[in-house]
Amino acid sequence: MSERVGPPEGGPYVDGGPDVIETDGLHKMFGRTLAVEDLSLSVGRGEIFGFLGPNGAGKTTSIKMLLALVTPTGGRGLVLGKPLGDRATRARIGFLPEHFRFHDSLTGRELLRFHGRLHRLAGLPLEARIDTLLARVDLIEAADRRLRGYSKGMLQRIGLAQALINDPELVFLDEPTSGLDPLGRLLVRDMIAELRDRGTTVFLNSHLLGEVEATCDRVAFVKQGRVVHAMALREESQCVDVELRVAPLDAATLTGLAQFGTDVTQVSADVVRLRAASEDAVPAIARWLVARHLNVYALHGRRRTLEEWFLDIMGDDQRPG
Amino acid sequence: MMAIFTFARLTLFEARRKRILFAAILCGVAFLVVFATGVFLAWRELLRRQISFVERQGLLVMFTLAGLYAANFLSVLFAVLLPVDAVSGEIDSGVMQTLASKPVRRADVVLGKWLGHWIVVAMYLMTLSGGVLLVSRSITGFVPPSVVGAISLMLLEVTLLMTVSIAGGTRFSTVTNGIASLGFYGIAFVGGWVEQIGALGGIQSARTLGVVVSLISPADSLWRLASYNLQPAFVRDLGAVVFTSASVPTPLMVWWAGGFTLVMLVVAVRSFEKRQL
Repeated sequence: MSERVGPPEGGPYVDGGPDVIETDGLHKMFGRTLAVEDLSLSVGRGEIFGFLGPNGAGKTTSIKMLLALVTPTGGRGLVLGKPLGDRATRARIGFLPEHFRFHDSLTGRELLRFHGRLHRLAGLPLEARIDTLLARVDLIEAADRRLRGYSKGMLQRIGLAQALINDPELVFLDEPTSGLDPLGRLLVRDMIAELRDRGTTVFLNSHLLGEVEATCDRVAFVKQGRVVHAMALREESQCVDVELRVAPLDAATLTGLAQFGTDVTQVSADVVRLRAASEDAVPAIARWLVARHLNVYALHGRRRTLEEWFLDIMGDDQRPG
Repeated sequence: MMAIFTFARLTLFEARRKRILFAAILCGVAFLVVFATGVFLAWRELLRRQISFVERQGLLVMFTLAGLYAANFLSVLFAVLLPVDAVSGEIDSGVMQTLASKPVRRADVVLGKWLGHWIVVAMYLMTLSGGVLLVSRSITGFVPPSVVGAISLMLLEVTLLMTVSIAGGTRFSTVTNGIASLGFYGIAFVGGWVEQIGALGGIQSARTLGVVVSLISPADSLWRLASYNLQPAFVRDLGAVVFTSASVPTPLMVWWAGGFTLVMLVVAVRSFEKRQL
């Protein structure tokens, strides 16, 4: 069982108490097929948490285990402080599945009313909530049209509205921007930001790394059914990859450069790379090199994108899913 | 409990919105028009002929039972096919994931769908069988005995088959479930005839086989008991109609079928509770 990856001390999310999600070694087999080997993570209250991995890595199955749609074959987990599958707890959770589908003979308003009733909402409060959500997802004009006439993007937006009908404390969004045009994606991004402002925890599963980078506080990478790495984005995004060309490049210089960062690697006879904690390391390195009377031909630092992190963590043994 | 009614209401709403009820009623009316025309022409012919009261009653029973047999058969198909994708279809499409993530018991989903479909199926059966009886009464003045009891047995039969169809949907794909559920009725149907032929021919082994099949799939025995009860005693004694029951199921079979239905409903709930969505 791997070490559980949780929020770091003083992380960027709003810490409002105990973790909203805590899992330890959750495991799922479908017959002889391993879907999730070890889901060990924790998600803090108010956090926007990104769950990343290639196709077939077990992301959707992980969400389904947390929602008790599938039963784990091993491990344990708590959601909102209660064991997986607790019915009362589900009243505090919202869920937008990947490829949201529903009875297409209903109108958008009827769909939200039906889901509201399953949350024991009724009467004027429910109708007011429906109107608010329809306006928020820009579907007021289509509210009384049947779902079979909705575009893919409209279906995704009404699905997002149903996930929020109960004003949940925790929302699972499985590929929420799938099928959305740029404006639709922007709307979802804004809604996630609003949820953060309200203190709602969001568990976001998305392939769109740019979206995740723009919205999430922290991400976990899942590979072959196992959480292999988690990191706070705003901390890690400060990191820069530094590359310099300097001569002479001897062992003493390489050792000295290690004070400015990690992963010091000599690429060629006069080129070296390292990873620094912030951009401030770049001028510091320049001053240090000049003080040692070394010839500096090039020096530049570049922030790593989430995509680079993703490719680095997943390694080159992955193939497109 | 509230969630059960919410799911039942959605099922009824969908049946109405998808025009399932409209199509069912339209087909039912077409069936009744054909039946009424047939009864009217036959009755006019019977009035012209010089036949005895017993012969006439025998023919009236045969006409009415033929109408009810057709109504029963159509209701059986309706009961099996209407809910065949109620659970499996929503699992396949992913709709069920959204529903099951709500603060409802999985039993509520199954029971709500069962209730909603039962109301539609019961309405269909009542419309067809009530229509047959009304047509018969209006044209010929004939009303068979034990109507309420017989229709109750037919209702139990369609309830049983509908429950089997819903239970199958919690485990199998839609197509597999449709084939299995109709096969389940087919076994009962064949078993019933084997039992009848065995009784008429004095072949005890065939009759025993039919009884065993009725225990495994008791749907058809309920129709045979209903058709037996719908015949006046003197017609039964004459053996004058094609629906003559040479081997009449015992009233215990009703309890067996009721218990069978209940067990299938429990199986449906338990199976869906364990289903990986």
